[in-house]
Amino acid sequence: MEILLAVITGLLYAAGIYMMLRRSLVKLILGIILLGNGVNLLIFLLGRITKGKPPIIPEEAKVFQEIYADPVPQALILTAIVISFGLQAFAIILVKRTYKVLGTDDLDQLNTTDEDS
Amino acid sequence: MSNLAILSPLLIHLLFSILLMFAWRSLKWQKSLTIIGNSIALAASIWVFILVYEHGTQTVQSGNWQAPFGITFVGDMLAVTLVLLTCISGFAVAIFSVVSVIKARLKFGYFSVFHFLLMGLIGAFLTGDIFNLYVWFEIIIISSFVLISLGGEKNQLEGAVKYFTLNFLASMIFLTALGVLYGLTGTLNMADLSQKIVLLENQALVEICAVLFLVGFGIKSAVFPLYFWLPASYHTPPSAVSAIFAGLLTKVGVYALIRVFTLIFVGDLFLETLLLSIAILSIFSGGIGALIQNNIRKVFSYLIICHIGFMIGGLGLFTTVAIAGTIFYLIHDIIVKTNLFLISGLIYRLRSTSSLQKLGGLYDQYPKISLLLAIPLFSLVGIPPLSGFWPKISLILAGFEQQNYWFVGAVIFGSLITLVVIAKVWSEAFWKEPKPVKKWKKFVDFSQLKQIQKAQLIFPIAFLSVVSLYIGFGAEHIQQLSERIANELMDNQQYIDAVFKTRTDAR
Repeated sequence: MEILLAVITGLLYAAGIYMMLRRSLVKLILGIILLGNGVNLLIFLLGRITKGKPPIIPEEAKVFQEIYADPVPQALILTAIVISFGLQAFAIILVKRTYKVLGTDDLDQLNTTDEDS
Repeated sequence: MSNLAILSPLLIHLLFSILLMFAWRSLKWQKSLTIIGNSIALAASIWVFILVYEHGTQTVQSGNWQAPFGITFVGDMLAVTLVLLTCISGFAVAIFSVVSVIKARLKFGYFSVFHFLLMGLIGAFLTGDIFNLYVWFEIIIISSFVLISLGGEKNQLEGAVKYFTLNFLASMIFLTALGVLYGLTGTLNMADLSQKIVLLENQALVEICAVLFLVGFGIKSAVFPLYFWLPASYHTPPSAVSAIFAGLLTKVGVYALIRVFTLIFVGDLFLETLLLSIAILSIFSGGIGALIQNNIRKVFSYLIICHIGFMIGGLGLFTTVAIAGTIFYLIHDIIVKTNLFLISGLIYRLRSTSSLQKLGGLYDQYPKISLLLAIPLFSLVGIPPLSGFWPKISLILAGFEQQNYWFVGAVIFGSLITLVVIAKVWSEAFWKEPKPVKKWKKFVDFSQLKQIQKAQLIFPIAFLSVVSLYIGFGAEHIQQLSERIANELMDNQQYIDAVFKTRTDAR
């Protein structure tokens, strides 16, 4: 399971960065989404995957008796998902607006701000 | 809990950004509310500063969850000083935006987002939890995305796409580093991390993590190979927005670097060399970039990169003297850079162009304003009694102590090139004969403004100039403050004790 997730994380990172390097604005958004998901999976993986052991202390005990699933990474991922959801929504609107105003989805055409004015 | 006091500037900004949403339809209300809000926040931040100055580091454990488990807010000297500077800049920029930002932008919640941005900055300075730092960074960048694209002009959108992509990438790299760090140590509290990280066996992975942090924060603070988004986007939004970005947004990256590399990843020779080399390269590339630009706001954008190098270099030298220089430079730079972009806004208002070729004759037409503008421009260069001069002494001294003559040379070169650039700006914009400019139809010239509106444009610049003058002439106080902060940073046990103090008290 870990190995599979590690491979998927790597693939998502690679695909995300590759897409961000492409010239199309739409692919840029796809890259952002893939990269965001890759990071979330990475945090999930690094929090040590423990199956079927909820982090609940039994009534008679004071501390955890055995290994348990760490809830913190899941809380982190949840936060990160919400944030990247907001950012992606913003990105889509921004790109749509940019496409409408500039009439191109080629990132190489977005160079007027670098020119001297 | 009296400790909650340190959160007051943050909560005031939150409250006012919500209140401003209720006043969505009335610009008049929004304008007065934002000025009131920023004044109260400024007063609160001064109070917090004095509190921490007198009683030492204050901490708040949110929800009363004790230190390594809950989110901790730590108001140490560095954090509250930066909160104070944030509120000073925010106050000045808010007044400036009342007149300078056009109605079409103000109508769509400009002020509300502006308060959210300031709240995010204050939160980032105060938090003692590294994941919480990420969340504050996201609040900052979301607000800054809105501010940079609000208005939807063509080159604004272009700048926004670049700004968005690279800042998003930086956040993702930061988050990756954070995930790896959590996997290694199982904690997110910075004080706890600082204790646990030295015990780890796998120091190679820690180093990779540190480099990821360096890249993530490096993009945000625009250091040498990672700065290209900055000159491509900072001149596109209204100058009030660029002012707050220039003054604070890159500095929050520098703050994060200082915090992480003095608290968590300490004393790594490779990293220090890396920091020093990117600092030197930033100074060179920023300085040379500034020389060849024609747009006045682009010139200032490149100067930001050049001066980020000074601060990163001080951090790279990693002695108390060098860190004190970095802190002093940070204090000076936030005020002066904010002011510079306000000045570029005022110049645009006077002449309806930002092009150095077309500008000119400002000194003839507005001698008093020109003299006022000379203060921040000369402070930036660091002509002796003014504020830019003092931190460079500490930096150069530290460079000699460490026998790092490359850095000493770079600081001197950076100062020299700043002088050349400012001399160029001064002679082009203030002394030369102006060239005719095609004016935008709806453009309202400075002379057509009402007296009160003129005052609202001039007052923030004058206010920040007075602060700059104080930093220059009261350099002894600022130097003492910087040394105190540097001592606190070098001896990170103080920080750790402050965070865990409440836990031992409770038992």
